[in-house]
Amino acid sequence: MKRFIGFIRKEFYHIFRDKRSLFILFGMPIAQIMLFGFAITNEINNVDIAIFNKSKDATTEEIINKITASKYYTNKQLIQNEKEIETVFKRGKVKAVLVFENDFSKNLIKENKATIQIITDATDPNTANTIANYTNSILRTYQQIVNKDIEIAYQIIPETRMVYNPELKSVFMFVPGVMTIILMLVSAMMTSISITREKELGTMEILLVSPIKPFQVIIGKVFPYIFLSIINAIVIVLLSIFIFKMPINGSFILLGLESVLFTITSLSLGILISTISETQQTAMMISLMGLMLPTILLSGFIFPISSMPIPLQVISNIIPAKWFIIILKGIMLKGVDISFIWKETVILIGMTLFFMGLSIKKYKIRLE
Amino acid sequence: MSISVQHISKSFDKVTALKDISFKVKEGELFGLIGPDGAGKTTLFRVLTTLLFADEGTATVADFDVVEDYKSIRNSVGYMPGKFSLYQDLTVEENLTFFATIFGTTIEENYDLIKEIYVQIEPFKDRRAGDLSGGMKQKLALSCALIHKPKVLFLDEPTTGVDPVSRKEFWEMLKRLQKKGITILVSTPYMDEAALCDRIALIQDGEILEIDTPNDIIKTFPKKLYNISANNMYQLIKNLNAYKHQYSVYPFGEFVHYTDQRNDFKKEELINYLKENNLKNITITETAPTIEDVFMELAK
Repeated sequence: MKRFIGFIRKEFYHIFRDKRSLFILFGMPIAQIMLFGFAITNEINNVDIAIFNKSKDATTEEIINKITASKYYTNKQLIQNEKEIETVFKRGKVKAVLVFENDFSKNLIKENKATIQIITDATDPNTANTIANYTNSILRTYQQIVNKDIEIAYQIIPETRMVYNPELKSVFMFVPGVMTIILMLVSAMMTSISITREKELGTMEILLVSPIKPFQVIIGKVFPYIFLSIINAIVIVLLSIFIFKMPINGSFILLGLESVLFTITSLSLGILISTISETQQTAMMISLMGLMLPTILLSGFIFPISSMPIPLQVISNIIPAKWFIIILKGIMLKGVDISFIWKETVILIGMTLFFMGLSIKKYKIRLE
Repeated sequence: MSISVQHISKSFDKVTALKDISFKVKEGELFGLIGPDGAGKTTLFRVLTTLLFADEGTATVADFDVVEDYKSIRNSVGYMPGKFSLYQDLTVEENLTFFATIFGTTIEENYDLIKEIYVQIEPFKDRRAGDLSGGMKQKLALSCALIHKPKVLFLDEPTTGVDPVSRKEFWEMLKRLQKKGITILVSTPYMDEAALCDRIALIQDGEILEIDTPNDIIKTFPKKLYNISANNMYQLIKNLNAYKHQYSVYPFGEFVHYTDQRNDFKKEELINYLKENNLKNITITETAPTIEDVFMELAK
């Protein structure tokens, strides 16, 4: 036991004296969560628009007020003629122009029909799409209010209700993904690097020719990272609660336990990588290419699994991150308890045992 | 017997690193493996320290088999690899404490054993190991290898890259350790260090050329050896190599070590030959062979 504690103390010296790995350990989670939370987002906020109002009557003014009052749009300028539309787009000042036709109000009363043209700058297709949808929905709401007093038979109004993330806040989707990536990165990459570093520097040779047992070396290597990963998970959860106002609907204890489980899964992967690579560089490349990329692309973090081609859907099943993201979303957003996520938990435990077994089998007690 | 090696062979892919190596090291002996780089010294050390399996043959260290009882060996030997293998980002004291703990001991417990070595680096005990000079690194590595009071000490090229003064000190330390009953197997490419061992094995291309005490090995040198010097070293070697009676010509410091094919070597004849080739200040004196000369002769 004294041996083991001595070993762990040494590992902490390594971690705290290596400024680069310290930066990866603690700078990365914060940077990533901020990046995904603020910069990379699907929602629109305060988009600048221009308005070309040809009729200038009470109805159009009311609609314009409704639109500009929403937090999605800021009315940047009023346009006076057709030509100006192109100019404002070319200058890149606005993302959309709303054009009200002549005699808007009159047409509405006379023909029960009036047209608004929504012109969007589709150089950014996602934003363009979202703007069009949002505007439609504002107009529809307005229509409902106006039509309230008038009886129209068989009017079918589709009503969409978004559950769990009613405001479609993308940051809520990103938090589980970022947390998964960080835990994976810290655990798998850092352990595999720290074990291969011993090989590269030749200290593994001395450790082998000593009474310390291989499993003690491995547990000693892994232990500090379990500890650091838990700190990271806590930092991520706190950031998402306090900065992004993300609700954690489920139990914190369950969240903690599942995070520890996934950390151990990643650590066992890290050990496995270290048994097959001889240098720190190889270990890092395998971790990045073999773990990070599939984790980002195939786990359902960015691209929904259901819209992938069937072969990729099948492959996604062997990505531990996929199961952990399901668990995280379940606990954080839906607030479910273990009875809803026991299957995913069992899969993760199974994967962990498999990787552990394989690493122990592959761990070399000699140099060959 | 402290170390017993019988018919050990080992190859990597197409390269044969060790060919049928056999030797024995007595308890408390300072045994040297002398040979150039790539002779197979490190491979042999790794087989004996249970890090590599031999393809053929058996070996025991401290009466434990290197394959069957590898765990017992790992408990009772000290190993200092050729490459500096301590934690560069840990201080001197932290390194020593770490190795003491993993061997289940403390610095205090075996301080008397490492005292003479450690006092020299103790003033730098808070310095990171990576910032030490070559000689100090070796002293620290030796301290770490000794901290658990091993029965057998394996030192793989401990003095490579170390200045002459530190090398001398290092060998004095080995002599003192030997008096404390520790068997030492040391390898070195420096022939001058060979004379400091009790017995040596000359090794080249994975084969042992000769095993004996340094004195007896020198006695096996078959010829009379001459120190030759002249004003132009390069020209001298060139001309000696072209001399029809030459048997061997090797540069050795400021002289050329020369042996003749004939038993009745005629000094005047060689001087005249060299003078004909425009060499001046020619001196030829008989000299005692060294281990290096024996090695060159055996390796011929």
